[in-house]
Amino acid sequence: MRPPRLAGEAVAGALMTLPAAIAYLLLLLLPTLATALLAFTDYELGAPDLGWIGLGNFQEMLADRGFGVSVRNTLVYVGLVTPVSILGGLGLALLVEAGAKGRAFFRAVFFLPVVSLTAAMAAAWQYLLHPTIGPVNAALRAMGVGTPFWLSSSDTVLLSLAAIGVWESIGFNMVLFMAGLTAIPRELYAAAEVDGARSGFDRFRLVTWPLLGPTTLFVLTISMIRSLRVFDTVAVLTQGGPNKASEVLLFTMYQQGFTYLRLGYSAAITLVFLAVVLALMWLQTRVLDRRVHYS
Amino acid sequence: MAGITISGLTKRFGVTQVLRGVSLAVAPGEFVALVGPSGCGKTTLMRIIAGIETADAGEVVIGERAVTRLRPAKRDIAMVFQSYALYPHLTVRENIAVPLAMRRLSAWQRLPLLGGLLPGARARRAAIAEEVVRAAAPLGLEPLLDRRPGQLSGGQRQRVALARAIIRRPAAFLMDEPLSNLDAALRVQTRREIVEIHRAVGVATLYVTHDQAEALTMADKVAVMMGGELLQVAPPEAIYAEPADLRVAGFIGSPRINTLAAAVDAAGRVTVAGLPVGLRTEARGALTLALRPEALRPAAEGLPAIAEHLEFLGDGLLLHARHTPDGAPLILRLEPEAREGLRPGAALRLGFAPSRALLFGADGRRVAARADAPLVAA
Amino acid sequence: MRARLPILGLLGALVLMPYLWMVAASLKPASEIFRASLSLWPEHLAIAENYGRVLSRVPVLLYLWNGIVVCGGILLFQLLFAVPAGYALAKLRFPGRSLAFGAVMLGLLVPPHVPALPLYVAASGLGLLDSYTALIAPFAISVFAIFLFRQFFSALPDDLLHAARLDGMGEWAIVWRVVLPNAWPAATAFAIFSVVSHWNDLFWPLIVVQGHAHATPALGVLQFRSEEAGDDFGAMMAAAVLMTLPLVLAFLLAQRRFVEGIATTGLKG
Repeated sequence: MRPPRLAGEAVAGALMTLPAAIAYLLLLLLPTLATALLAFTDYELGAPDLGWIGLGNFQEMLADRGFGVSVRNTLVYVGLVTPVSILGGLGLALLVEAGAKGRAFFRAVFFLPVVSLTAAMAAAWQYLLHPTIGPVNAALRAMGVGTPFWLSSSDTVLLSLAAIGVWESIGFNMVLFMAGLTAIPRELYAAAEVDGARSGFDRFRLVTWPLLGPTTLFVLTISMIRSLRVFDTVAVLTQGGPNKASEVLLFTMYQQGFTYLRLGYSAAITLVFLAVVLALMWLQTRVLDRRVHYS
Repeated sequence: MAGITISGLTKRFGVTQVLRGVSLAVAPGEFVALVGPSGCGKTTLMRIIAGIETADAGEVVIGERAVTRLRPAKRDIAMVFQSYALYPHLTVRENIAVPLAMRRLSAWQRLPLLGGLLPGARARRAAIAEEVVRAAAPLGLEPLLDRRPGQLSGGQRQRVALARAIIRRPAAFLMDEPLSNLDAALRVQTRREIVEIHRAVGVATLYVTHDQAEALTMADKVAVMMGGELLQVAPPEAIYAEPADLRVAGFIGSPRINTLAAAVDAAGRVTVAGLPVGLRTEARGALTLALRPEALRPAAEGLPAIAEHLEFLGDGLLLHARHTPDGAPLILRLEPEAREGLRPGAALRLGFAPSRALLFGADGRRVAARADAPLVAA
Repeated sequence: MRARLPILGLLGALVLMPYLWMVAASLKPASEIFRASLSLWPEHLAIAENYGRVLSRVPVLLYLWNGIVVCGGILLFQLLFAVPAGYALAKLRFPGRSLAFGAVMLGLLVPPHVPALPLYVAASGLGLLDSYTALIAPFAISVFAIFLFRQFFSALPDDLLHAARLDGMGEWAIVWRVVLPNAWPAATAFAIFSVVSHWNDLFWPLIVVQGHAHATPALGVLQFRSEEAGDDFGAMMAAAVLMTLPLVLAFLLAQRRFVEGIATTGLKG
């Protein structure tokens, strides 16, 4: 169609993508492939050589009680944080959008944790949840209720971390839902009113919830992946303890790789982590997407 | 059968007065088109009648019931929206069923799957399904019932919106520019279909449009609205031939009506640029003489003008001319044969029948005029 | 909804609780903190003591400076790579284009933790541990940025580019003089997203940095906690306040942009 310029265009296009392509190759593709290969070796940092051990790392994982605990803890954490932060985010979005007064203010308030330094806020939470001098327990004492050990008891540590996780991500989800809400045509609500949807709940079921479908699915996937990646709070607050009660996937991977320098094993854990992330994304695009897009 | 009566509606958004005391009656079975330029307040008026918006003052009566303070759901109305406002996640069948389902089924009975098991739900759902088919059939929607709105063309969506409106046999129909998203050919076709549906259902209908052609072709009565006020409510023929207000005369009719500054001499004769034009009036002061493009024609005597430009339309001819004394632009609609002897730059005399002349006072209201001695021949 | 504002107020207070106690504790002397009173306001102000201890024991300003250098460096390289690549993928036809775009989509699926181990081995082999290079390089390429700019540039009208070509501009001139000036909305959104995520990142700095010289704010908090503070909560909270403040201030100054930036780029998480 445009023969005279074609060659110049091809050269320019190739040149413009070349730097990114090289960086992609060196910093993303090769390391990722190397991780995949490492996962099948017994490589340890500083060791003179490495041996191919096939599925050895994965067999070790299956046998390792610690890894099992780590997976279980991660799933519990995701299972706690995802539903609460999604429903909470949706509730906040509806509540904030329901009126004009204070909209910008409350949006900023709930969003604040998203931009706050996680490591620093984790320290603040440590003080807040401190068994003896923490304000939370001080308040509970004043009310005459029992005072849990929160982060230092294996019964409550995951719950406490999940609460912090919800606090961190609820504003993020709220903002995504708000964007979804503004995309719903106003006329649909008017039509619902005329059609006889009398209560707010009727209108929510007839218009809001179905039209938020794509947003909700998106928030669901993102929330799961984000909570699957929990690391900062564990690294700052519990180091996986007490007694592995807050050991989570990425922290296990970090410890195996960078504390015990067992890179092969750590790479195998990374692959498991990647597999879960990919499975979630696959679920989103291939299975659920069709149910929430209406065209 | 019920009608719509509104009285003294006012509405203000911030500093803009959108409605300034609007009163209007739509008789049972009547089709009234509410027409006006965009921003004149017609959509706001319709939304207030529907209950989607609340008025600052005034009353809305639908049938015999004062509904001013009722929710839209309780007003017994149906509405067709400009964007159709179909529920994108529901099939055509489900969309049309919504007004019935919302009213006849409880919240529990409306639950998917489970709701069908509740006592009474099955029979009611079956009845609704039957009525959906009955409403869809005359609109040719039967083959589309299981599609989603996203899979339909604009015209098909429009019909679904109509079916959803008529299924419940409401006391009144409200239609908000329902044709504005269709292409020109489809618009003409759907115009007719809406009129036929109205005739078949016989419900008081208020139809909002900015398109005067729609208003004139479809309605029993046309209500012209401007600046938040109703200027005239009358049958289409009267709106065109006997506009009560200069703004109505200017808004209705295409090409636009010609206007000339006029005066009255001591004897009551109307003059334009000092020349008597064959009309008498009791009114005094500055006047405006308005003439439809087809009311003016070249003549031996009459208003002096210069021909400027000719537009051939196939079935007719538009002559753009300029009134010589004050340079006012004039447009004439002529027979195609009139082209002979008309050249740009030629000096003309333009005559008109006094009966077709419209005279307006300084306030823009129509003033009475009658034929004078035939000084200016038609 | 008459209950809206009270409910929001209550929930808002709940969300702000950690900030209030953090600031309050950073003002209180140790004795008061250990009394665990429920009063937010300190009886004796210990600002100088708490903040003084932090500033004297750890190089707070250095941490913040490191954070700025690292985030700025990452953002600079990300834009440098992504803007031309995004434009080429959106508007130019060249051999390998669909392959390159496929690679971008594939890259989007991979969390940054996955290539971390080999990158660490490489950094260590090259003697780059404990350096700005080690902190910046792994994030210099952002497939998400390429994807974002590609989507954004796709929406630019072709006629704008045709007009520029007719005016005699080459493809590079078009990138700098036509495309880039039009890329600001996408660039701001991405910049906010990038800075927020790398300012807060703890995982990678924890892996490649030892000691203070190149520690970022997140790592600084962690180091201060484990090495210096122990049970000194007053100083700990003072450190937390100092490290949190810059980004929070930036957010409060431009909150609309922040919220929109994160919302439009949210898909990367």
